[in-house]
Amino acid sequence: MQATRDFSHYVRHLGSGLSHIDLAVEGVNCAGCMSKIERGLSALPDVTLARVNLTDRRVALEWKEGTLDPARFIDRLAELGYKAYPFEPVRAEAVETEQASFLLRCLGVAAFAAMNIMMLSIPVWSGNVSDMIPEQRDFFHWLSALIALPAAAYSGQPFFRSAWGALRARRTNMDVPISIGIVMALGMSVMETIHHAEHAYFDAALMLLAFLLAGRYLDQSMRRKTRAVAGNLAALKAETATKFIGADEISVVPIAAVQTGDIVLLRPGERSAVDGNVIEGQSKIDQSLITGETLPVKAGPGTAVYAGTLNLSGALRVRVSAASEGTLLAEISRLLDNAVQSRSRYVQLADRASRLYAPVVHTAALLTMLGWAAYGATWHDAIVIAISVLIITCPCALGLAIPAVQTVVSGAMFRTGVLLNSGDAIERLADVERVVFDKTGTLTLPELDVTNAVDVPRDVFELAGRLALASHHPVAAAVARASGARTPLTGVEEVAGQGVRGFLRGLEVRLGRPSFCGADQIANEILHRDPEASVVAFRHGETRHVFAVRQRLRPDAASAIATLVKAGIEVEILSGDREPAVRHAAEQLGIHEWRAGVTPADKIARIEELKRRGVKVLMVGDGMNDAPALAAAHVSMSPVSATHLSQATADLVFLGDRLAPVVAAIGFSRKALLLMRQNLWLAVGYNLLAVPLAIAGLATPLVAAAAMSGSSVLVILNALRAHRGARELC
Amino acid sequence: MEVLVFLVPLALTLGALGLAGFLWSLKNGQYDDLEGAGWRAIADDEPVSEETVISTGRGDH
Repeated sequence: MQATRDFSHYVRHLGSGLSHIDLAVEGVNCAGCMSKIERGLSALPDVTLARVNLTDRRVALEWKEGTLDPARFIDRLAELGYKAYPFEPVRAEAVETEQASFLLRCLGVAAFAAMNIMMLSIPVWSGNVSDMIPEQRDFFHWLSALIALPAAAYSGQPFFRSAWGALRARRTNMDVPISIGIVMALGMSVMETIHHAEHAYFDAALMLLAFLLAGRYLDQSMRRKTRAVAGNLAALKAETATKFIGADEISVVPIAAVQTGDIVLLRPGERSAVDGNVIEGQSKIDQSLITGETLPVKAGPGTAVYAGTLNLSGALRVRVSAASEGTLLAEISRLLDNAVQSRSRYVQLADRASRLYAPVVHTAALLTMLGWAAYGATWHDAIVIAISVLIITCPCALGLAIPAVQTVVSGAMFRTGVLLNSGDAIERLADVERVVFDKTGTLTLPELDVTNAVDVPRDVFELAGRLALASHHPVAAAVARASGARTPLTGVEEVAGQGVRGFLRGLEVRLGRPSFCGADQIANEILHRDPEASVVAFRHGETRHVFAVRQRLRPDAASAIATLVKAGIEVEILSGDREPAVRHAAEQLGIHEWRAGVTPADKIARIEELKRRGVKVLMVGDGMNDAPALAAAHVSMSPVSATHLSQATADLVFLGDRLAPVVAAIGFSRKALLLMRQNLWLAVGYNLLAVPLAIAGLATPLVAAAAMSGSSVLVILNALRAHRGARELC
Repeated sequence: MEVLVFLVPLALTLGALGLAGFLWSLKNGQYDDLEGAGWRAIADDEPVSEETVISTGRGDH
């Protein structure tokens, strides 16, 4: 169904006669898919490696150089039922992978050290109440120091660097109190060891590090996973353009290589990747992704073409103007910048908590020290107690409270087909009061569908589908898809602007315009009944049939909307399409509030108006015209078929043809917010219980360590509950 | 008490071995696909014979 594809750009040559390519695969969810894909691809001759990565949803392939065209793998995966596309790992992703493995190394070192110091501490604690001689205790303390100091120096790097960076910029962040706590605990422990004291705090410092690193890693791995899948999605949009490099010579180039003033060829069935003006050719173009308008628009010399528009009938030569000001893209990105700025004022729950936390802890520790000193304790004792306050209030439960829930929830969402672009999207999604849907491509399926399939005999339909496989036209593609045909008819020729024709057992078969097939009469009848539809005619000898093709609502749109309404969430349609089309969809779905024919600026204005009224809006849209509104809304979602710009703007992306993930995401986020709040209260409750003990000077290191790890484990266990019971809207 | 001279270094060595093992497996990409690794352990991974390859290859057409 696609033009010739050249994926050589994505192939890496490994030397030793092997080639390597990474494919992003859609729809890999389970172990079954994994072995199905690996076996299916290994079955191809000359393939030496086919390995699925289930976390990133990617396949790594290696084969003997020059024996296979990478496009063959894509076709093979399509046969197996998976959509796949080559992709190039982005640099940011490589950096994040490196960071993740560094965090994991730090975590490993900290955990190793914490466990071994604990092993040395237990004899000290029990020895302190029985018969340990001071020399043995000192020996154990020195051993602990020997392990703790280098281990902390290594595994504390993520915190120390960040804290140092913040201090140098004369700011403070969560890592500053963490670093101070760790450094002070270690320094004090060394002092205590030198002075043959009973207690040292090496174990507490290392355990604190280990728990904090676990929280960091969880937080980072959630974002990394989303980033990886987002990279897969971006691969789907890897756009190319056919550029004229001479008067009649063309070359397919990546979109990055196209500049203002270049002339590109836009063939029928192709989606434009640039903004520009038509200089030659006549065609009809589908602007639904840009404006939401479903009916094709005529295009000729002088017509403006925007990135994302689909060329339907004739070939066009387009002069590129994307870089110049005043294009739709420039206008939209200007709106987008403003909208993004206005949203960045939102403060995450974790940030709000930690902003309160640091001053409170430091003040408490300082007051404790001064209090004890005033009470008559020696400065040494006062400082020791102040440090035990700092240790016992270690923010590890707090550090884990939010990321643990985010990780569990993002995993659960992932399984229902929702990807998170940012962690705080969960918090914003949880208090949505109104959902604003775009129509075209959001409430409706992005691809066209044959509506009168039942009126056409099965064998005729299949034959038409085989013929349709030879055409690039989107309407023909809809027929091919609906018929389930897989083997294109051979010897088919294309009649420009009319359709395709071929021969089957001596009879001519044609697919194309009604006039081309002599089926004007039937076509007019169908168009009279359903003016929204596009038609394509089929002729086999003297048999004539006309297929009506139109956009169809997503299969579960009505039930998804009903669920939202039942949960007390208001629903509204904001579409750039014409009034009858929007009215029809709204009536079918039982949505009372809708607006048709709105421009991107109107959309953003409507969102702002709702915002001013204090309504928390979830915007769901896919087109370029939705991007500013997506950015302006309290929280936003895009289907995976959306334009790149919309997807990059949206907080969440949902996969598949159904709307159910939108509803599920709201349910999950509400549950998640509940758990996050619970976790923060758990952390606060723990501190309320433990801090007075520490201030009173009653917390032995054993109590501190046990309480600290206990609170962290509790928070993690609570977060795990997010898996269950979040499917329905609370 | 002399036993400590053996036991403490022994315990630390064992711990360090564990750490070295972890770092080695991390470097070898064993943690790249935790989800898949979990399933692979229980997957039915009998070697695919020539015949099954051909039959699955044709079966899908």
